[in-house]
Amino acid sequence: MGIDYIYPEFEVIRNESRCVTCQVCQRQCANEVHRYDPDLGRMLSDETKCVGCHRCVSLCPTHALKIVKNDCAFRENANWQTGAIKEIYKQASSGGVLLSSMGSPAPLSVYWDKLLLNASQVTNPSIDPLREPMETRVYLGKKPGLVDRDDKGNLTYALEPQLELSMPVMFSAMSYGSISYNAHKSLAMAAQKLGIFYNTGEGGLHEDFYCYGGNTIVQVASGRFGVYKDYLDAGAAVEIKMGQGAKPGIGGHLPGAKIVGDVSRTRMIPEGSDAISPAPHHDIYSIEDLRQLVYSLKEATEYKKPVIVKVAAVHNIAAIASGVARSGADIIAIDGFRGGTGAAPTRIRDNVGIPIELALAAVDQRLREEGIRSQVSLVVGGSIRSASDVVKAVALGADACYIATGALLALGCHLCRTCHTGRCNWGIATQRPDLVKRLNPEVGCQRLVNLLTAWNHEIKELMGGMGINSIEALRGNRLMLRGVGLTETELRILGVAHAGE
Amino acid sequence: MKRVYVNEEWCLGCRLCEYNCAFANSGMTDMVKALKGKPIFPRVRVDGDRDIHFAVSCRHCRDPLCVKSCICGALYRKDGRVRVDRDRCVGCLTCVLVCPYGALTLSERGTVQKCELCLENACGEPACVLGCPNRAIVYEER
Amino acid sequence: MSKKEGQIRIPSGCAIAAVISREGRRMSGEKIVEAMKPMHARSNGLGGGFAAYGIYPQYRDFYAFHLFFDNRDARKDCERYLKENFEIVQAEVIPTRNLPQITNVPMIWRYFLSPFASVLVRENIREEDLVSRTVMTINEGMDGAYVFSSGKNMGAFKAVGYPEDVGAFYKLEEYQGYSWTAHGRYPTNTPGWWGGAHPFTLLDYSIVHNGEISSYDANRRFLEMFGYRCSLQTDTEVIAYMMDYLLRVQKLSLEDAAAVAAAPFWSTIENNPDPKERQRLTYLRTVFPSLLITGPFSIVLGFNGGLMALNDRLKLRSMVTGEKDDLVFIASEEAAIRVMEPEAENIHAPAGGQAVIVKVKEGAY
Repeated sequence: MGIDYIYPEFEVIRNESRCVTCQVCQRQCANEVHRYDPDLGRMLSDETKCVGCHRCVSLCPTHALKIVKNDCAFRENANWQTGAIKEIYKQASSGGVLLSSMGSPAPLSVYWDKLLLNASQVTNPSIDPLREPMETRVYLGKKPGLVDRDDKGNLTYALEPQLELSMPVMFSAMSYGSISYNAHKSLAMAAQKLGIFYNTGEGGLHEDFYCYGGNTIVQVASGRFGVYKDYLDAGAAVEIKMGQGAKPGIGGHLPGAKIVGDVSRTRMIPEGSDAISPAPHHDIYSIEDLRQLVYSLKEATEYKKPVIVKVAAVHNIAAIASGVARSGADIIAIDGFRGGTGAAPTRIRDNVGIPIELALAAVDQRLREEGIRSQVSLVVGGSIRSASDVVKAVALGADACYIATGALLALGCHLCRTCHTGRCNWGIATQRPDLVKRLNPEVGCQRLVNLLTAWNHEIKELMGGMGINSIEALRGNRLMLRGVGLTETELRILGVAHAGE
Repeated sequence: MKRVYVNEEWCLGCRLCEYNCAFANSGMTDMVKALKGKPIFPRVRVDGDRDIHFAVSCRHCRDPLCVKSCICGALYRKDGRVRVDRDRCVGCLTCVLVCPYGALTLSERGTVQKCELCLENACGEPACVLGCPNRAIVYEER
Repeated sequence: MSKKEGQIRIPSGCAIAAVISREGRRMSGEKIVEAMKPMHARSNGLGGGFAAYGIYPQYRDFYAFHLFFDNRDARKDCERYLKENFEIVQAEVIPTRNLPQITNVPMIWRYFLSPFASVLVRENIREEDLVSRTVMTINEGMDGAYVFSSGKNMGAFKAVGYPEDVGAFYKLEEYQGYSWTAHGRYPTNTPGWWGGAHPFTLLDYSIVHNGEISSYDANRRFLEMFGYRCSLQTDTEVIAYMMDYLLRVQKLSLEDAAAVAAAPFWSTIENNPDPKERQRLTYLRTVFPSLLITGPFSIVLGFNGGLMALNDRLKLRSMVTGEKDDLVFIASEEAAIRVMEPEAENIHAPAGGQAVIVKVKEGAY
């Protein structure tokens, strides 16, 4: 109160003429914003607690609720904007690092929106995906430089392990602990149904989910939580997490309060202890160390599973990726600076790293210049929002995309960005049993399947328009892209001509 | 026959089903008009405590006690469904006493009401199922 | 100022034709030139060309380089560069006929080259790789010089103009070859440059192509990893390099190369009853995803001792084949085949992705 008081961010507008006082809002708000007052016979709200998650708005049967941005304003100042002022107050009060959840809300450049796709006209036919086959299957993994032949010169058909994806999209790493059991189960079920992969993140693999192993990428991160032989064996691929787009150079911290029951058992750490992932892997201080971990994991899995190395998009990403490609990784996953997180220091999230579009373009070009592009597959994430983002990423050079925020939105997330409070009203970023059960995995799975089925239709439509009937002919096909409103430098890095050229 | 089944595991206790039921059986086209400022008389009730809750409505028993107990023939079975003829019901509440599920209740008219799967009202299929946000109530053949 | 070919990508539609003798019997170029006439409307006068195999038996061991030069200085520079790595066995102007239809004629030269053994040893490079590198270097880096043919005992002849005029211009009736391919071009935007006409060649591989491939940049960027430079930005060029990469570098069979470029759909592969065949096709698609060609094309690939015709897997471009005795004919339209051989038999439209491979009897070429 007093000097620390910050006027609530949202205003709960209740249309009294529509409210039937059913109290659904009250029962559904874990933040306890809504309360029925029997004396007044109506609902009251405590707006200081509202995070803008819209659970009440979505469930109100008479649509009597809306949440609006508060207009209580500081004196206008282009330099000291409201957010900056409030952050000063918070830090002056707490003395702490500011924490945020999900991807950065700052108005950072979104290059996807400045890239436009081509379509066939006259000189070659567009292809109708409803009438002709249209293929989106992708194989991730190393491709041989020269085909392998036996003594007689016949092809041996020997191949490094590959991941087969029905479409170029996977669910990226979100740990059990940062998200709920039911969220994980939804992702696992959907990945299996769709013929793609989900990723355990650094939380281990819950014993109930080993049955989805064929569609699981198991992650090995700097804390090594939940990593043991059966875990590595369970997955279809192993991912070494070196960095995350939302917080490059920063480790992770899941508070002890969330390390309860199954989460503790799955992570293989005692209940109530903080799960701290160090910023670096303490056995990887250089590229040659990475090679050792890559090959340790390959040894452990008998060279049957591709190893993914996930890095955050940072300034020197092209050289880093080249080093990773030469370290034996089968797949490189690059996470751009708009990527999401369960919790990250705000300053890091909003100021460190580079956009995925530029990172992807630079890495793809660099690997080609070095002639090693076929040695690795490229997976990109960090705010892939739609089918057209996927198509543009593939045209820039990606083999596949990682999505996480998009998947959470499909599960009900409304991007209120308060995952770190653990009171997710949608049953996603929480371990509270009464909240976790709000996400029925049957429903969650269906929604994820719906989302990606819809995307796949859209990808096919976009490809068909370009006269391309197989996704591999789109990969790295930058002639299918044109830039609008980009500088010469941006166009050069993207390897794309300006619209009209 | 398709029936309404509840899945306690996914019931959030939000009680939206009750309001959707009351509205669906109100005969009105606007929920506010139907429900605002009045006591509601839903045919499905969320039962339980803070931790465990689930929606209860008529099971449409194959050998329904309520039908047997009805003193005036207001309750009867048709096409597998247990139905109530409100014009015949005298409000003796015998059925309420005998139903092991507590699925019959008194309506605002003083006669008995129960879930009739929304087949007679404008909804066409159970409103509780359509409105359940977590698929905790389903309408299916088993 | 409008950009020259190579500075901008120019898609085009076209007419193609080919004839080959399975017996290795050599025939003059007259027939193939005639064949292009009924398909006149498939070209627009902005490019025509021919490839002929078996035409230089007296120089069969030497690489026959055909070059366009813009001026004398370019020729001198280029010759100086060639002499660094090759012995020039013979250098001559390619004979042409003055025709009003053919204008802006560059200097057109022919060189028969033999690589210095010392260079091959010093640079630890194979003969073909040296030739390929030389072609890339000249075409990408030397202003005013352009290699349009570089194989042994074969040659490409091309120009801006209608194919029948180009044939007359180069006096093709005076050459004797056992295999001929031809092309009439319909580029969708000007200017139409001599180097941009078909066939496109590298070593003894030549490609004539009708279509516009939508996978161009994916194919190009993959191939450029291996030293190929797609300086012309045409589909044909990229297909020629692709075939060179698959056949010469990866040593795939023609059938395998066809299964890469016009890979069957996954569903088709999965429905193939033969498990070995499923394995082969799955392997090739998995290993060479970036060499799948999408979009319409019909191509004829010429090489020493044979040719292969291939359609895109949806068959979005017309292509028919026919036979008569030892001769096999391929063309965009049956009319062209009928001109070459009115009695042609077994007229057939191969299915999309179905490679038609014709080989000359061993020892007959």
